[in-house]
Amino acid sequence: MSDTVHTNTGFFRAISSQSAGVSLELDHVTKHYPGQPAPAVEDFSMSIEPGELIMFVGPSGCGKTTTMKMVNRLIEPTGGSIRIDGKDVLSLNPNELRRHVGYVIQQIGLFPHRTIAENIATVPKMLGWKKERIAERVDELLRTVQLDPAAFANRYPRQLSGGQQQRAGVARALAADPPVMLMDEPFGATDPITRERLQAEFLRLQAEIGKTIIFVTHDFDEAIRMGDRIAVLSDRSRIEQFDTPANILAAPANEYVSSFIGQGAALKRLALMPIAEAKLGPAAGAEGPKISIGDNLRDALDLLVLSGAPRVLVTDADDRTIGTLDQAGISSVLGATVPVVGAPAVTP
Amino acid sequence: MDTSFKWSRFLKFLAQRWDEILQLAGQHLAVVVIALVIALVVGILIGSLVWNRPIGRAAALTAAGIAITIPSLAVLALLSPLLGLGWGPSIVALAFYALLPIIRNTVVGLREVPAQIVESARGMGMGRTRILVSTQLPIAWPVIMAGVRVSAQMTVGIAAIAAYVAGPGLGQYIFTGLSSMGSFNAVNYALTGTVATIILALLIDAAFIVIARVTTSKGLRA
Repeated sequence: MSDTVHTNTGFFRAISSQSAGVSLELDHVTKHYPGQPAPAVEDFSMSIEPGELIMFVGPSGCGKTTTMKMVNRLIEPTGGSIRIDGKDVLSLNPNELRRHVGYVIQQIGLFPHRTIAENIATVPKMLGWKKERIAERVDELLRTVQLDPAAFANRYPRQLSGGQQQRAGVARALAADPPVMLMDEPFGATDPITRERLQAEFLRLQAEIGKTIIFVTHDFDEAIRMGDRIAVLSDRSRIEQFDTPANILAAPANEYVSSFIGQGAALKRLALMPIAEAKLGPAAGAEGPKISIGDNLRDALDLLVLSGAPRVLVTDADDRTIGTLDQAGISSVLGATVPVVGAPAVTP
Repeated sequence: MDTSFKWSRFLKFLAQRWDEILQLAGQHLAVVVIALVIALVVGILIGSLVWNRPIGRAAALTAAGIAITIPSLAVLALLSPLLGLGWGPSIVALAFYALLPIIRNTVVGLREVPAQIVESARGMGMGRTRILVSTQLPIAWPVIMAGVRVSAQMTVGIAAIAAYVAGPGLGQYIFTGLSSMGSFNAVNYALTGTVATIILALLIDAAFIVIARVTTSKGLRA
C-alpha cells in the first residue's frame, strides 16, 4: 500500500504542476449497487480534452452525479476505468487523488467552525504547504472570486450571504490549483440573479485558468450558457447526445434531447451567436436603432422586435456604423429558408 | 447539653475549621474534575464509535441509561473490594455516572453535523479520523459540552456520597454529621458539608459556561 502511495507522488506532483487542465477519460464505466436490479450507471464512455468544461445535464436520478463522483472515487465504480492524464484513478490513493481534484457541491459544505481563510487553506495545509505560501494563495483566491480579503478572510461562513459562500466554496476547491474540477449543481441553491452573476464570473475565471471541468446540472439553460460541450443524459447515465451547445440546439439527436431543450430552441441558439456571424447589409444611408457588433443575435432580434424598426444598425467598438441587420439576416444564420422580401426602407 | 442549632455556634464552627473546609472543597473539586476528564475521553471515544451504527448506538445508550439507575451507594460498595478505599473507587464511580450524558450528547452532536460538511471534507481528501477530529467533533463540541455540564452537576452530588468509602471531599462532613447525630456539632457538620457542596456545584456550573464559550469556535455561536 505504502509503495503505491510513494510511486504516485510523482504523478500528483506532475498533474498539480499543470495548473491548466489535463485530459480525462471514462472508459465503459459502470456502477451497480448490490441488490439493485439495474445499474445506476451503465457502460459510460467519454473522452474529455484538457481545459474543457463539460456539462452533464439530465433529470434528477439519472445517474449524472454518480458518474461524476466516480472520478474522485467518492463512489467506487464496479466496472470500467477512469483515467486522469492517462493514469487510472483506481491505482491511486483515494484521499491523495481527492486533494488534486477540486470539488464543489450545491450545499457548499463550508466548515462553519473555521474562518473563510482557514476553509480555503484546508487542502494546501494537508499537502504540507508553508504558511506564507498558504497565506498568499488564500489572498490571491479571495481576490479571484471577488471577495475582498481584508473584509472576508477572517469571517465565518454564517456571516456570508449565499452567493458569497458559494464563491468561497469555489475558492476552496481551487486552493491547491487542481487540474480537474468536479462541480455538482454548484449554483443551484442561489436566486436567479445571483446565479447568473456567479455563472458569468465563473466563465470569466475559467477562461483564465482553463481547468478540465465536469459540471452537473439539471438546468439546460445553464448547460448552454456554461458548457464547451454538453452531455444530455437519460436513465442509467446513458449519453443521448454529446456535442457543443450550438450543435445540440441545431440538431437534437432524438425526441428525448428535444424535450430537454424545450421551447424556443431557435432563440437559445441565437443567444450563443455573436452578431459578427450574420451577413450584414450595407450601412450607407440606413437609419435605425444601434447595436454593438459584440452583442449576440438574440439581443439584435430583441431590439428589432422592441423598436419595430425594419433593421438595426450594427456599430463597431468606436460606435461607427459598419452594417445593418434585419430579421431575414438573423433567420439565415439559423439556416432557415426565408423568402427574401425587398422591404422598402422606412424612415422614422 | 444543648444540641439545637444556633447561628453563633455555627459561625464559630466555620471559623475554627475554615482551612479544613477549603481543603475538603479542593479535594471534592479535584475528584470531580479527574472523573470528568476520564468520562469525557471515554465518552467521546464511545460516542464516536457508535453514533453512526444503530445497534451499537442503542446498546451504548441503553447500557449507560441502566447504569445510571444503579444507586451510587451500591456502586461504591461493589467497587471497594476491587479498588480499596479512598480516591480509587470514588473516581471510578463518578466517571461511571458521568458517562451517560457525555455519550448521549456526543451521539446527538455528531448526528447533527450536516451531511454536506462531511461530504465536502471527504471530497477534499480527508480521511475518516481526520474528518472526525478536525470537523465533526469541533462542530459537535457545544452539544458535547452541554452534556459535560450535566455530568458535572451529577458528579458533584454523587462525590459527597463517596465519603462512604472514605472518599475525599465534603461528603466527609456530611457523614460525620449524620453518624454523630445528637452530638454538639452534628448539625453544623452536616449543614456545612451540604451547603458547601451546593456552592461548589454552582461555581463549577458557572465555570463550565465560561469554558464552553471559550472552547467553542466563534463561527458556531448563534
